[in-house]
Amino acid sequence: MKILLPALSPTMETGNLVKWLVKEGDSVVSGDILAEIETDKATMELESPDDGKVEKILVKEGTENISVNTEIALLKVDGEEIEEIPEVSIEKSPQVSSNGSEPLTTEENISMNSILNQTKENSGEKNWSEKEISMREALNQAIEEEMKLDKDVFLLGEEVAEYDGAYKVTQGLLDKFGSKRVLDTPISEHGFTGLAIGAAMAGLKPICEFMTFNFSMQAIDQIVNSAAKSLYMSGGEINVPIVFRGPNGAAARVGAQHSQCFISWFSHIPGLIVIAPSNARDAKGLLKSSIRNPNPVVFLEHELLYKEKTNVPEESDFLIPIGKGNLIKEGKDVTIIGFSMTVQRILNALPSIEKLGISPDIIDLRSIKPLDEELIYNSVKKTNRVVIVEDGFGSTSFGSHLSYLIQSNCFDFLDSEIIKVSGKDVPMPYAENLEKLALPNTDEIVSAVKKVSYIN
Amino acid sequence: MNKKNKNNFTNDQLLKFYEKMFLIRKFEEKAAQLYGAGKIGGFCHLYIGQEAVVIGILSSINSEDTVITAYRDHGHILARGVDPKSVMAELTGRKDGISKGKGGSMHMFSKANRFYGGHGIVGAQVPLGVGIGFAHKYRNEKKISRVYLGDGAMSNGQVFEAFNLASLWELPVLFIIENNKYGMGTSIGRSAAGGELYERATVFGIKGEKVDGMNFFNVSESAIRAREYIEKNSKPYIIEMDTYRFRGHSMSDPGLYRTKDEVNKMKEIDPVLMMKETLLNDYKIQEDTIKDIESDIKKQIKDVEKFSLESPLPDLKELYTEVYL
Repeated sequence: MKILLPALSPTMETGNLVKWLVKEGDSVVSGDILAEIETDKATMELESPDDGKVEKILVKEGTENISVNTEIALLKVDGEEIEEIPEVSIEKSPQVSSNGSEPLTTEENISMNSILNQTKENSGEKNWSEKEISMREALNQAIEEEMKLDKDVFLLGEEVAEYDGAYKVTQGLLDKFGSKRVLDTPISEHGFTGLAIGAAMAGLKPICEFMTFNFSMQAIDQIVNSAAKSLYMSGGEINVPIVFRGPNGAAARVGAQHSQCFISWFSHIPGLIVIAPSNARDAKGLLKSSIRNPNPVVFLEHELLYKEKTNVPEESDFLIPIGKGNLIKEGKDVTIIGFSMTVQRILNALPSIEKLGISPDIIDLRSIKPLDEELIYNSVKKTNRVVIVEDGFGSTSFGSHLSYLIQSNCFDFLDSEIIKVSGKDVPMPYAENLEKLALPNTDEIVSAVKKVSYIN
Repeated sequence: MNKKNKNNFTNDQLLKFYEKMFLIRKFEEKAAQLYGAGKIGGFCHLYIGQEAVVIGILSSINSEDTVITAYRDHGHILARGVDPKSVMAELTGRKDGISKGKGGSMHMFSKANRFYGGHGIVGAQVPLGVGIGFAHKYRNEKKISRVYLGDGAMSNGQVFEAFNLASLWELPVLFIIENNKYGMGTSIGRSAAGGELYERATVFGIKGEKVDGMNFFNVSESAIRAREYIEKNSKPYIIEMDTYRFRGHSMSDPGLYRTKDEVNKMKEIDPVLMMKETLLNDYKIQEDTIKDIESDIKKQIKDVEKFSLESPLPDLKELYTEVYL
């Protein structure tokens, strides 16, 4: 019997074999721990699926980045030969990965890191001491640095402390700062969000983690009515310096109630700042700016980006200003606008777009509210064509508002209609193929670019 | 009538408390008039009938304590010592209002007086107030967060989440239920199942009691008990105030859900009149002394009215200020 590396989380594509707890020739019974596997979220134990004898270990301990479903050992099962059930072959489009979403980079592999390195050179930014780390590590660094700098900053949320964070973003922070500043809450979003906002009104600077922003709906009254409006209602007397953060949008195969983008919801509200970074570098710089900001900030992360790496400055004075977008690729023919996960979707489509002889400006908004209107309009006035890509539902969406802003500010410069590629107006389906269909994909982005360019 | 003065207040102190109660009463009567005259708009929830609650609690307050309440907040912000002129000018929506005319009756705040609003969503102030208590503990401040809520809020889910957190994290919070018997037009009997309201907090391990909220002395004694308990045990406490509002839920409430007889009967235990009678009969304070205080307040209210009507409307540029800091 083949022992395969199992998928131990919805987003796991590879794992590390930390340690074998058995050796060849050992007898095991069903449920015995065979090995420790490190996933993108935690270290898990691999149990024996049956009674038998470990016949062969195929992957040595210490091996990293083993793909899910790789054979890692052979087990000789007691008793009769077990008939292997042939797997039903499912025809997959080459771009569908094991978790149902498009892979983050295509074969032509335009990595976010190389794109960012290029834009940095162009902008003549200060030379930071940089290290390639994941977005999850970058967020963790941002929180740790700001907690060190300001004792009023504290972190609360479900499983942020003893469990080390549901997505490991807050890993190690409890050990560093103690239970007074890193607090596990009950599953009580309405209550702990209100508590955090009250603490902010009294002058503390909470980082309020939602395990996912889907759960923030339990607390949206407090975010909208208490956090966003108090400064105005009090004539400037009471400000609310708080960051609400956590993963937003569709992860992979987690179904309708755990796969929604809330950018349009929060960006509708005056008084809230809304941030949606696409990469580790921006995530660190923007989270630090958000924690220092005296207003309520909704900081929308993306689970599928947590493991993605870019070069990130290690200095604690590295900040990215709120309200500044990033022209991550300069072209001339069309402006393609994205944020968070959709920047990666646009980069996936880029090779096909370039094959058409089209050179796009690609704007990563980073900050949804306030919006870098100048950057957008300058680009549109140059290219005269616009495609907006958003993961959220298309109806009454942020993208709809953005296209309104562009037509009213750049009307005379437009040579074509503005096209918006949005998530479909359906609750997120579970099935792999349907989920893929529900989200914006490469073909749709390429088609939109062709359409605004009048290419058939 | 409780004739004892267990708190050993001096006559001068008691007169100050009476003065505050009388100020709230007269302020609210003036607000009702101005509302009727179209000078105050929107929602306007009067505190008339509940004065003994806020002043009784005030009598035990450490001046550093913080206060948060819901939308029936005029009496609370006046009790915290904010200038009645800026409160009335807020009701008339003028530039000199405490929130610059941008908050209105339900949204008034004063950091200097440690008053954190003024919140219009029933129940929402309770987690916020627990958060303020969290900040006190985080900073090792010897302060109590005093959180007021109505009987209506006691059936709102987030309130129980807040009780749980306050008890779990041992926060210095005093919850004060102002049970005036009606959540808008729905009587407590038609909205709350089970026993006494404060008992709903005791399941979270929060100690508490129910008190005659029409009597200043009873309220004051319970508030001092609460303060001692919280300071000694570093845990929250809850007091349910048995009280009554003599006016409607808001100015636009026809009051069809209760009888005139019921209201009149409650007016026999009017907290302001009872306090006055106690001062006259049990403390032998001269009637003239009280009359002088009352006429000063009446004069003050005239100035307050004048100020609130003469203050200009907010500058139009204020529309876009203070959305972000």
